[in-house]
Amino acid sequence: MTPADTARSTDAATAPRLTGEGAAAALMLGDDALILSHRLAEWTGHAPALEEDVALANISLDLLGQARTLFSFVGDEDELAYLREERAFRNIQLVEQPNGDFAQTIARQLCFSLAQELRWTAILDSADCPTPIRELAAKAVKETAYHRDHATEWTLRLGDGTEESHARMRRGMAVMWRHTGELFAPVPGLPLDDAALREQWLTALRAVLAEATLDLPEGPDADAWAAGGGREGVHTEPFGFLLAEMQHLHRSHPGATW
Amino acid sequence: MTTAPPAADRSPGPSEWQSAFDAAVAAEERIEPRDWMPDAYRATLVRQIAQHAHSEIIGMQPEANWITRAPSLRRKAILIAKVQDEAGHGLYLYSAAETLGVSRDELLDKLHAGTQRYSSIFNYPTLTWADVGAIGWLVDGAAITNQVPLCRCSYGPYARAMVRICKEESFHQRQGYELLLALSRGTEAQRAMAQDAVDRWWWPSLMMFGPPDDRSAHSAQSMAWKIKRHSNDELRQRFVDICVPQAASLGLTLPDPDLRWNEERGRHDFGAIDWEEFSQVLKGNGPCNEQRISQRRRAHEEGAWVREAASAHAAKRRARETAPTGRLPGSTTGRPADRTAAPKGAPAS
Repeated sequence: MTPADTARSTDAATAPRLTGEGAAAALMLGDDALILSHRLAEWTGHAPALEEDVALANISLDLLGQARTLFSFVGDEDELAYLREERAFRNIQLVEQPNGDFAQTIARQLCFSLAQELRWTAILDSADCPTPIRELAAKAVKETAYHRDHATEWTLRLGDGTEESHARMRRGMAVMWRHTGELFAPVPGLPLDDAALREQWLTALRAVLAEATLDLPEGPDADAWAAGGGREGVHTEPFGFLLAEMQHLHRSHPGATW
Repeated sequence: MTTAPPAADRSPGPSEWQSAFDAAVAAEERIEPRDWMPDAYRATLVRQIAQHAHSEIIGMQPEANWITRAPSLRRKAILIAKVQDEAGHGLYLYSAAETLGVSRDELLDKLHAGTQRYSSIFNYPTLTWADVGAIGWLVDGAAITNQVPLCRCSYGPYARAMVRICKEESFHQRQGYELLLALSRGTEAQRAMAQDAVDRWWWPSLMMFGPPDDRSAHSAQSMAWKIKRHSNDELRQRFVDICVPQAASLGLTLPDPDLRWNEERGRHDFGAIDWEEFSQVLKGNGPCNEQRISQRRRAHEEGAWVREAASAHAAKRRARETAPTGRLPGSTTGRPADRTAAPKGAPAS
């Protein structure tokens, strides 16, 4: 590592730039990854076993890496992460939900990583998606397969573990479920068959939950009304606190290099 | 050592066992888990490795404290990776301790009960972002000075764990140094933040080498067993000599008016350490003792239902695999759940 701050890595300096819808797409996927990474990192030092401190940090790092690459297509990664106001963030509400207990974290992770894996795969297969995002998808799809596997294994352990863990996992799914309605809201710049992806997601989710002796909660599945709005910059109350904590130090030293 | 009697016999062995052990240590051979070893050697290793493992996992707290506030995404990634490494070091070290016949759960219980220690340095708070750099540069630097000789420790599993740990620690130390360098070359406020952190972490870092040689309870025997290779005071002196030029390159001052080069000794003289503070922090009166151990206990207690679920699920799976019909009522398998094995099903890195 060179002594000077190399925050703008050569990768970022030479990264391809996207504009218009492509940039909007990169920002949406980047915000999802950044905010979920942040939530998962909050577990570090608090996890139920050392193995999970390692695993959750690992997933957090993968997502942070994805966010940084996506931001590099749009502009300066730190300006994007630290200097935007809440209403300018485009992540879905699911990823900003507080960790809750371990079951809620796993429920959030299962819903998200199943969806993210399907989306990365579809992006990889679609010549109409922006090339830089497709190039990232090639790497991200492998990482996300591991995240999905981790969440699946824990859903099985908790759902089909003890009475208490079963009840907590059921509750975890119920808590997160209301925020899954916008997982497959169309992303401008990514011309994918979102309705078909959502069907695949539901099928995969149902299979995991069935094996875990759990059911799909009611709600968006029955085409009921679902909360949403993250893609338009409308977030839930806990998100403001997350940003306050995340941005405080950076904003306290305008123009400083770290 | 392959000729020793079975490890199961831990009673004071016939003198030839002791002689074989002594000869192996003298010949710089590694003692392995199945070799005979004196009870006191085993107990010393358990105490030291456990303390080391506990230090890794308690040490995650002061730094994880800053993950959510890291001021750039690059720094955030580096910090998450570092704290993750510490959890990994905890895992290697608990595994090394397990080769001596104790379980991770037993050791964690002792940590939570306060009957086993962790490095008292982690009872100091991380108050600013610069503290993350100071911990990397000074605390990890002191740890490396202590630990590099442990790579040649007479007990094989500990020595091998230390080789891997030292490689990662030296990376952390460079990252800490580089973080402070960025601050020291930054704005006036950043520079002041860096100096303040070094002012607060310097003396506690010197205390990390333990009490002076004439007051060190375990030193002589550990040196004879080649668990320890150098005295506390010698290692402390080495650390000071390494840090002085590094502080100069950083453009930061070490907070010791008595610190100066001694031409005659070819080493730096430095001021008196406040051993009363060390002893108070060790006794539990440091600024964060209560906070650190409470957080650890809370994480462990709040995670109990998760670990139980993992064990119960593993037992159900085993039952299904062994049952001829492929199905058995999950909770009646009669096979004891393996608490430590269950979470290992999770991918570790």
